Parts: sequence; structure tokens; C-alpha cells
Amino acid sequence: MRTRSLASIWPPLAFGVLMLLVWQGLVRGLDLKPYFLVAPSDIYREFVDNWSNIWEAMRVSGTNAAFGMLFGAIAGIVVAFLLSQFSLLDELVMPMSIAINAIPAFVLVSVFNNMFSTTSEVPRRLMVTLVVFFVVLVNVAKGLRQVAPIHAELMRSYAASGWQVMRKVRVPNAIPYLFTALRIAAPLSVIYAYVSEYFGGAQNGLGSRISSNIANSKNAVGWAYVAGACLLGLGFYVISIILETVAARRGSAHSRRADT
Amino acid sequence: MSAVTTLVPRRQRAWYRRSRRSLMFVLAIVLVATLWEGYKLVGPQDGGQLFGWKVLPRAKDRVMPHISDILSRFSDPINRGSDETVFSVVLKGVWFSLRLVLAGFGMGLVAGVLLAVVMCRLRIAERAILPYLVISQTVPLIALAPLVVSWGGKLQLFGWEWPRWLSASVLGAFLTFFPIAVGTLRGLQSPSASSLELMDSYAAPWRRTLFTLRFPSAVPFMVPALKLGAAGSVIGVVVSEISTGLRGGIGRLVIEFGRATTSDPAIVYTAVLGAAFLGLVMAGMVSLAEIVVMRNRPKEVEA
Amino acid sequence: MSTVDAVEISGLKKIFNAGKPSQVDALVDIDLTIAPGEFVSLIGPSGCGKSTLLRLIANLTDPSAGEVRVNGKPAKQARLDQDYGMAFQQAGLFDWRTVSKNIELPLELKGWDRAKRRARAQEMLELVKLPEFAQHMPWQLSGGMQQRIAIARALAAHPPLLLMDEPFGALDEMTREHMQAELLRICAETHTTVVFVTHSIPEAVYLSTKVVVMSPRPGRITEIIDVPLGGGRNDDTREDAVFYSKITEVREALRGIEAGLAVARGIEDR
Repeated sequence: MRTRSLASIWPPLAFGVLMLLVWQGLVRGLDLKPYFLVAPSDIYREFVDNWSNIWEAMRVSGTNAAFGMLFGAIAGIVVAFLLSQFSLLDELVMPMSIAINAIPAFVLVSVFNNMFSTTSEVPRRLMVTLVVFFVVLVNVAKGLRQVAPIHAELMRSYAASGWQVMRKVRVPNAIPYLFTALRIAAPLSVIYAYVSEYFGGAQNGLGSRISSNIANSKNAVGWAYVAGACLLGLGFYVISIILETVAARRGSAHSRRADT
Repeated sequence: MSAVTTLVPRRQRAWYRRSRRSLMFVLAIVLVATLWEGYKLVGPQDGGQLFGWKVLPRAKDRVMPHISDILSRFSDPINRGSDETVFSVVLKGVWFSLRLVLAGFGMGLVAGVLLAVVMCRLRIAERAILPYLVISQTVPLIALAPLVVSWGGKLQLFGWEWPRWLSASVLGAFLTFFPIAVGTLRGLQSPSASSLELMDSYAAPWRRTLFTLRFPSAVPFMVPALKLGAAGSVIGVVVSEISTGLRGGIGRLVIEFGRATTSDPAIVYTAVLGAAFLGLVMAGMVSLAEIVVMRNRPKEVEA
Repeated sequence: MSTVDAVEISGLKKIFNAGKPSQVDALVDIDLTIAPGEFVSLIGPSGCGKSTLLRLIANLTDPSAGEVRVNGKPAKQARLDQDYGMAFQQAGLFDWRTVSKNIELPLELKGWDRAKRRARAQEMLELVKLPEFAQHMPWQLSGGMQQRIAIARALAAHPPLLLMDEPFGALDEMTREHMQAELLRICAETHTTVVFVTHSIPEAVYLSTKVVVMSPRPGRITEIIDVPLGGGRNDDTREDAVFYSKITEVREALRGIEAGLAVARGIEDR
């Protein structure tokens, strides 16, 4: 068993290591200027040196992302419920959310910055909330809607009320969709949290640090902040996967109990 | 297996569905406009609090202009003493960005499809690279935007200087490339074992099978990937424009107009609408391609 | 009629995972000769290797030992020369091609020009009695019709040999019987040799001139039963006394295998 998982790990691992070495070799060997590419070793050094600042910026962006995830998810679930009850609402909202997915929504941050004071955290959090809201909405609504015809017929034969159908069939069906949505939304929340900073407003997160360092030609430091952003995004993603796994395990136990 | 063709002609039902959907879309926009004006009527002029948190936006005309003001701003000149209307300025910005997006999308598409073919052909390539492709969709690569854009004006290769706009396209390509590679690979690997055996029984070489079986099978998988790719290329280009104020594009206009709101409250919304339009144009193109390419295929029924 | 055997198998062995604890003796000591024009069914319980044997004939996999000759050549050469056509349980038509273009697929790969391909496809459609569906899409047709198109495709290049792996397995009983009659008619018209894998005893007896009964663990041929029902088989044949007696004969051969397996299992349990 262990040899099998090792066999599946080594190609990507080897590839990653190879790429790192090539990167390092290129920068040193061709003496590439820092404004083009920075060697991994330099990035690592700056990362370690600036760790407390990087961590602070990560904390700010991370908090904004977390706020957005929480409120966006709640709002998305609530509205998905409403949509499942009123099909007219569903027809109104769905094409809208598909359109929103296509447009570069973060330009709205410009607007938000004007709506609130310049030192407010709200524009960035609102942006993330919006993005997460739509992702969760589309997925949870799909989950609530998709009842297998055989289950629908079964519940009808039980003369089950709409509310019972909701509890026994739709909601359990929708839970995996919710976690899929969170898994998609997690990295997005981090991205939108710091991209929002390019529009002005509060400047204490990762986005502004990256661009200001680059503007000051401190590229290696900029890359170190990029690394911080990647770590943050990865962290959020891993958390969402863990949540998904926990829910899946508990979910199957729950459905087993429901069968008896 | 269903019996021979259904009773109602397919095309009639599709038209009905599509026109109803368009109607609903228009109604949704009307609803948003109504909510906007409604909030202006009841909302606090200078922002307010909800349960002690300052989360209510300012409702005054300076910040939230009337919808009619926004729309009329389009037809007004860009500033006093200029002949150009806001509409033409925004349109030019959209056109500038659109070309960058198309270039980026094209590059990302070609690179993504090529990589997918390589990964399909060589199992070892798939095993080594695919995890990174999947992870990359979670890691905020857009953080590299300022870096790539800073190459502009500084990087020289054999006497050719890296133009600034290319950075924006490259970033768009970057964000396009990942979902397209993943989706195309899944599609290329989708044919059933018996279809592959059929091609084996014809002693067809790998390349023949690729074009006769794998690519046509991949099309339904590539369509959603292309939609993600199109959105990605728009985001990549606009973020690049914004993070360094690339002149000429819609991103820069959003920033510029955003700074001018104290004197000109409505103008930033025109740029926002322009950016939205850009995204919709790309999405529309992919949808058009979808209609053409999926023309003779069985439709998936929505539950 | 050619004097070369359509299929000649000698000393065939197919072993999976040789040497490991998970070794499977899929086929052992297979000797089989099929003359041109014969209709041979392979029947047996799960794991007897009938599908594996078919795929060895088709050169979709290689033997561990022994030889497979098709049309007087090694199996690989026969595949490269396209000496056989194949049909599977799933019709496996390409969703994005019209019915006509699906039939043209093997001809395209052989490099035929468009006019010839089109003509041959139409000819095959007439043969399977579906000429008006040339421009339809496969998913507009029923399961039985799709299988007929698959057979048309398999025979498009007029190969001397047709290999079929439970092609009617997914169809209902009525359609199945109808398709069996159609298949016999088509093969009579084209003088094709057929090797046919099936689970169904009546199907094997109705269609075949020879029924090859196989058994598992290890996969081998237990018995070859001749079915002298003659060439003009039709619905009345299904009520013929010889038909019933042959079905019984095949069933008992299979039961013998079952009993043998049960005994073997009993020994293992202890």
C-alpha cells in the first residue's frame, strides 16, 4: 500500500524539484536581472527575513477573505433556499449569476471604495462576500433542485409535505454541493481579498505590498509576498477540503442511520 | 434508449426557452435598478450602521448617482472642452482591452490544448504535471500580475523590447491555460474502452485516433473549460491593467474615473459597465462557439 | 469459397499476472478451427475466457503462448489488413457523426475516396434495412437500430470475418429475436464467417452452426456441439424439436461445468 502511494507521488514531486532547479539555474547561470526573474534561493531569504511583515499582511488579507467566506456562504445558502421555493425568483436570479461569473467583478471595488470611508475594511470584505455568495448560490441551488426522479416519486408515495421533502431529500442532497462551492470559493476569496487592494482604499494587505515593492524595484521582496499569498490561498483551500472530507464522512453515517 | 425522434420539433422548444430566459434577464436588470433607486430613497446619506457595524453604503447622489444620471453620463462629453463623449472613451478602452484579451485567450487556448495532448499521450507527463495544474487553480497566481507587467519597458530580448501590453495578455493567457488544459485532458480521456478498442481493431495510429475519436469526444468537456478560460483571460488582462495603470485599457479607466468621483460621481459607473460589457462579449463569443460546435449533439437535460 | 480456415487457433494460452499470487489463467490449451462460412458461438459462465478469446482473435491483446491465425495469416497481420469487423455490446457509434458517416469510419481509415464511401455506406444501410436514416444522428435511434448500424459498420469493408461480443445483450427479448433473424439474413447475403460471444443458450443455438462451450478456472473449451438446423432458419425454427434438443444439450454441458465448479468449491471450503 505504501509503495503504491509513493509511486504516485514521485512524478509530480520529481517534476517540481526539477523545475525549481531549472529556475535557480537559469537565474544564476544567465545572470537574469531581478526585475525579470528572482532566484528561488533569494525569494526564500527575503521570505524569512520579512516574515513578520508578510505574516501581518497575510493576516489582514486572510481575515478579509474569511469574513467574505462566512457572510457570502450564509447569504448564498439563504437565497438558494428562497430560490428553491419560488421558481420565478429562480428564473430571475440564475441568468444574472451566470452573467456575473463572466464579468471582471472586482472593478466594483472602485465603486465600493466611494461608498464607504477610505479606511474601512468593508469594500474588500464586501467584494469577497459578493463573489462567494454567487458561487455558493449557484451550487447550492443546483443541489436543492436536483432530486432524482425516483426519490421524488418515493416521497410522493409517502404523501410527504414540501417541508419534509426539503429536510429528508433536498438538503442532504445539497450538502455535497455546498462543500464543492466552498472548495471553489476558498481560493477565490483570497484572490479577491488582495486584488481589491489595487484599487486604493486601505493598504495594509498583501496586494498593496506586492505592487509597492515591485514599484520600488524590491522584486525579491515582492516575490516573497507573492509566496505569502500563495500560501494563504493554499491554506484556505486545504481547510475547505478538510471540511469537505469531514462532512462527507459524517454525511454517509447520517444517511445510513436514516435508512433504518 | 429513447425511441425515434420526439414529437415536438426540437427547435421550437429551444426558441421558447431562450426568449423566456432573455426576458427574465431583462427583468432581473430592472429589478436591480429598482433596488438601487429604492435604497437611495431610504438609505442613509452618509452611510450608516447595521447592528453596530458600519456596513451601509452612502446613499447620496455623490456616491450613488441615479440610474438616469449614469446613463446620461454616457452621452455627455468626457470633460469640459472635449469633443469626445464618455461613451466613445469607454468603448475605446473596451476595444483596447478586448484585443489584449483575445490575444491572451488565444495563447492560453493553444498552450492548454497542446499540453493536454502531451499529457494524454504520455502517462508520465500527466502524472507529473496534472497535480500542479489542479493546484494552480487554487493558488492565487494573479499575484504575479505586477511582476509580469513590470517586465514591460525593461525586458529586452535580442533587441526586441517587451511591450507592456504583452504582459497583460500573458497574464490572461496564464489564467486561461490552466482550466483549458485540465478540461481538454478530461475530454481527451473520455472515450469508452470499447470505442478505443474499435480504433485499435482498425489498426489506427495514435494520431488518427486523436483526431477521429479523442478530439470530437473532448468537445463537450472543452466547452465549460473554455468558459472558465474566457473569464480568466478577462480577469488576467484587467487586473494587469489595474495593477500598473496600463494606458488605453478599460482597467485604467476604472481607476482614473474612480479617482474623479468627487467631481464626477457618475463616471466611474460607466467604466464599470464597460468592464462588464467586456466580460459579456467574451462569454458571448464562447457561447456562440458552443452553439455551433454542439449543434448536432444530444442535449443534456437539466433536472 | 476459400479453402483457408477462417480462424485457426492452436495451443493458445492467456495468463494474466503470471507468477504473482493474483495470477489468472484466463485461457489454457485452446485449440479451435473455424471454417469459412461457419457461425460459431462461444458460451460459458463468467470468467470462462470467451471474451478474452474473441479479443485474442481480434489481436486486441497478445497470447501468452500458442498461435492465432486469421484468414491464413497471423492475427496481427489480419488486423493490419483489416480482415475482420467487430461489434460490441454497446453499439459504440460516434455521437457527433451522422449514421452514414459512422458506417464510413473504417472506410475513411482505409483511405477510400468520398464517393466510394458514400455508396458503400448506402449499400450497407440497405442491407440492414435502414436506408432512410442515413442523415440521422445516432442518439435519435433506438437501441436495436443502433446495433444494426454497428453491424453495418462492422461489415462496411466486406471483411470475411465478423467478431461479435454480446452485441444484443442490452436489448429486450423481442428486439433480440428480431435482430438474430436479421443477423442471419445479413451474414447469409455476405457469406461472412462469424464468431459470436453470448450468455444466452437459445441465442447461441438459434444462430450457430457450432456452439463452443467453455468453462472457467482455468478457461478452456469443454465441448463443441454441432447444430444441424440447416441454413434457412426462421421463426419456425424456434419451435423445432431439434432446436429444443440442442438447447438441452448445451444446457447440460453448462450444468456439468456448474456441478464441477461446485464440487471444486466444496473441496476448497474444507
